[in-house]
Amino acid sequence: MNLTILMAIPLVGAVVVWLFPRGEEADARVVKGAAVAISAATLAASLWLLAEYDTASGGMQFAASYDWIPQLGVTFSVGVDGIALALVLLTTILTPVVLLAAWRESIPLLQANSYFAWLLLLEGLAIGVFAATDVFLFYVLFEATLIPIYFLIGAHGTGERSAAATKFLLYNLTGGLLMLASLVGIYAATAAAGQATFQHTHLVTFEFDQNIERLLFLGFFAAFAVKAPLWPWHTWLPDAAASATPSTSILMVSVIDKVGTFAMIRWCLEVFPGASQWASPVVIVLALISILYGALLAIGENDLRRLVALTSVSHFGFIVLGIFVFTTVSTAGSVLYMFNHGLSTALLFLATGVMIARRGSADISDFGGVQKIAPVLSGILLIAGLSTLSLPGLAPFVSELMVLVGSYSRSIPVGVIATLGIVGAAVYVLRLYRRTMTGPLTDGGAQVADLTPIETAAMTPLVVLVIGLGLFPQPLLNVINPAVETVVSYVSTEDPPPLSPPTLGEATAEGADQ
Amino acid sequence: MIAYRVPIEAAQIPAAQIEYAELSPLLIVAAAAIVGLIVEAAVPRSARFISQIAVASVGLIAAAVATVWVYRSLPVVESLAGAVGRGFVGAEGALAVDGPAVVTWGILLLFGFLGLLLFAERQLEGGLSAFTGRAADVPGSDGEKEAINHRLEHTEVFPLLMFALSGMMLFAASNDLITMFVALEVLSLPLYVLVGLARRRRLLSQEAALKYFLLGAFASVFFLYGAALAYGYSGSLNLTEIDRAVSARGDADALLLGAMALIAVGLLFKIGAVPFHSWTPDAYQGAPTPVTAFMAAATKAAAIVALLRVFFVGFGGASWDWRPTMWVLAVISMLVGSVIAAVQQDVKRMLAYSSVAHAGFLLVGVAAAESGQHSDGLIAIAAPITSLSSVLFYLVAYGVATIGAFAVVTMVRDATGETTNLSQWAGLGKTSPLLAAAFTLFMLSFAGIPLTAGFIGKWAVFAAAWAGGLWVLVVIGVLASAIAAFFYLRIVVVMYFGDPPTDGPTVAHRAVLTTVVLAVAAIGTVLWGVFPGPLLELVGHAGAFVR
Repeated sequence: MNLTILMAIPLVGAVVVWLFPRGEEADARVVKGAAVAISAATLAASLWLLAEYDTASGGMQFAASYDWIPQLGVTFSVGVDGIALALVLLTTILTPVVLLAAWRESIPLLQANSYFAWLLLLEGLAIGVFAATDVFLFYVLFEATLIPIYFLIGAHGTGERSAAATKFLLYNLTGGLLMLASLVGIYAATAAAGQATFQHTHLVTFEFDQNIERLLFLGFFAAFAVKAPLWPWHTWLPDAAASATPSTSILMVSVIDKVGTFAMIRWCLEVFPGASQWASPVVIVLALISILYGALLAIGENDLRRLVALTSVSHFGFIVLGIFVFTTVSTAGSVLYMFNHGLSTALLFLATGVMIARRGSADISDFGGVQKIAPVLSGILLIAGLSTLSLPGLAPFVSELMVLVGSYSRSIPVGVIATLGIVGAAVYVLRLYRRTMTGPLTDGGAQVADLTPIETAAMTPLVVLVIGLGLFPQPLLNVINPAVETVVSYVSTEDPPPLSPPTLGEATAEGADQ
Repeated sequence: MIAYRVPIEAAQIPAAQIEYAELSPLLIVAAAAIVGLIVEAAVPRSARFISQIAVASVGLIAAAVATVWVYRSLPVVESLAGAVGRGFVGAEGALAVDGPAVVTWGILLLFGFLGLLLFAERQLEGGLSAFTGRAADVPGSDGEKEAINHRLEHTEVFPLLMFALSGMMLFAASNDLITMFVALEVLSLPLYVLVGLARRRRLLSQEAALKYFLLGAFASVFFLYGAALAYGYSGSLNLTEIDRAVSARGDADALLLGAMALIAVGLLFKIGAVPFHSWTPDAYQGAPTPVTAFMAAATKAAAIVALLRVFFVGFGGASWDWRPTMWVLAVISMLVGSVIAAVQQDVKRMLAYSSVAHAGFLLVGVAAAESGQHSDGLIAIAAPITSLSSVLFYLVAYGVATIGAFAVVTMVRDATGETTNLSQWAGLGKTSPLLAAAFTLFMLSFAGIPLTAGFIGKWAVFAAAWAGGLWVLVVIGVLASAIAAFFYLRIVVVMYFGDPPTDGPTVAHRAVLTTVVLAVAAIGTVLWGVFPGPLLELVGHAGAFVR
């Protein structure tokens, strides 16, 4: 399987879907069917990719490189290691789910084509971002993903959509432009050394001047910290999620925001290891604040969509923490967390999305006693919620534990503070469930009917994956681990010795290493 | 092709050495303008419009062919510093026919051709052009009504366009300050007239013309005074001679500093950089939109190349003195232009302030003073980004998007003419999706979003600035881009996320020439954004200025 083709399937599909006839009910059905079929084809292609991926040898595979702008040293280079492959899979798994879930969304008939075309376009760009091994190409695709989301929120969203879309774009564009400045710096540095290059393989061996390296790191990190999002640059996310449709939110939070954390590994740690170490104390503090502050805000939040977005801020804190404590366990945990958080958040957005659509309100206080009339829905919300609070047996538990274990081995205070985030998660999830699902039915709460077959079909795969990967994460870890070991080898020579006898989590990770 | 000076002996006036063949693009455009005047006198009124278009287009196409030929036949020269250039200084030292000049000619001819198409558009005003029927009439007078009733048209606009274009081409190639001054006037005077010729909103148009004329004349005097001081300092008006004097100097001289400052004022006025920008919003708004489109793209291109030539060739040895100034002007132009543009309610004024911001981005490339030559013998790069090449690329990207954006403005109309109030543009994305998409594309290019030409342009000037050691300027530049992005997106928000007003404008769909301009601009913006290689190759290949 070829990465360029994998990326091209949804991109071409987006154009095709956009060109389909529009306006009639039947047209809209054709468009939806075609979009789901295209995303299913992409999923099949990515599974083929997974099957061909050689987990034993690891490293960058399916690499391909073509000249693009030779005058600037820019190439069209793609390739995936285990980390990128996992995230590509996350993208291709979530997109059909999202498109199925969008089946019943009330989209004006004339806008159905553009809505599904934007979603498919976003999928194609996301695959490209994860697969890019030329940082210029990465930047172009990274910025290009803003456009579909901008229109998905601004043109197809609800409420304060245009303000939310603008805020989203300005935050991310500003971060992106700072990255652009660093990109220019890479050009200047490599061109001065003889040959301008943006290729990952060249950059990881390039010796930057220390001050320049730190400067370049800051530009990159700014873009990724806004994207991820890390406190204090997170405020665009709740607004964007509150105005977006559930499908948009899922692709935005579960997939595109992962680009931020993915790129911290790929383009910060690997290319600027010295600067990453230099900045890690500050980054760890920011990550800890995100964990706690996101959880606190989520506890106080009354809007379902904003609540889910804020839980993600907290979870992104965990992911960033795992990356910047530089241990094999925690980095592997972070990558696994990116995947699992994608699944559990998607499930949470889907379940709350159904509730909001039925009730016509996103206010938690408008719900109550839903489990009496919609048992399946409430069951799925419970699973999604429990996986969000990292209940053992569900997928995010493993990854969160790995991050915490890695953090403890670096610094006990950091580990202790991060663990407080779990407490917060328990509070906001259980509060959410108690206030919406239990108790007496509220006025109008009876509108929340149970899931339709299509909705069930969209959510079932996610439930299966969340439970399956919770019980048996090993296959995914086998893909991730070789890549993680390479990453960590750039920034630190060896993992710190255990402070106390091996715990359960390290046993898990050691098992994963084999 | 090497020009040499014939020693002047008593009682002998040597014949001037003029390389007519190499100057042919310039001469063809000027000739087309003069033929246009004859057409004006000799051809009956009914056939004038079409004849003028024919003359101007033949002139432009011939000049474009000649430009390609001239470029291909330029000799390669290598200066002492190792900079590769191509071309020669000709016409007794008055003109430099070198790579940058000839590439600029090509760019100007492209803008001229797009401008011509907009000038020739008659399907928007009910079969008449966008220019007033009889400029001499007082607005609101009986004479004006008569002109309207008789469906009069000013066909002189075509020769005026060609004269302005020839002035611009001369401006970009001038190698001495007097020639440059003459070129400045040749390009400015027709523009002053053109600005005052709008068919609608006559008073606004005349006010704009007067303002532009007065301030422009004032700026020209600054330039002339600066040239006089430069003569006083170096004993010559020739840039090569000035360079010799500057390079040989001991320390900063008041005369030299004064000369640089005053010449910069004159040129920066034409570029529209802060603090010499105050004419732009009024002139851009009042002028007939086709004129605005042409002027915004082409004047800036000619003037910035002239600025580069004066400061790189003439005052290159004093770059330590002028670079900080350019640095500061770049920053304030970017910031002031972006911030003020963000609060405009009129699309034309918004685009005017946006052009001020773009002047700032262009000055980033100027301030870089990056020749691509200081990589100590390791120059293995195919086409290193230099100040010059980055600015040239930026000019193309900015120019096509500008012309395209103003072309869109001409098409959004109501009963009183163009609807330039932003609130009237609400919902355009729903009522005219293609037009709105084109405008969005130009806005994205202005904002420097990847896969548009504007992105590569920004990239190039920033790369030149960083290579020139100005990374702080790059960071300020990207932050200014973020502010600029805000107001470009504001229009997108209005067009796509707003609901159309009940008394909204109608969009003219049957304006063939304007549609062609739009298509060319849109294709250029995408093509040079996705595959910028060939154009980068060309502007890199043009090499340095020849001294």
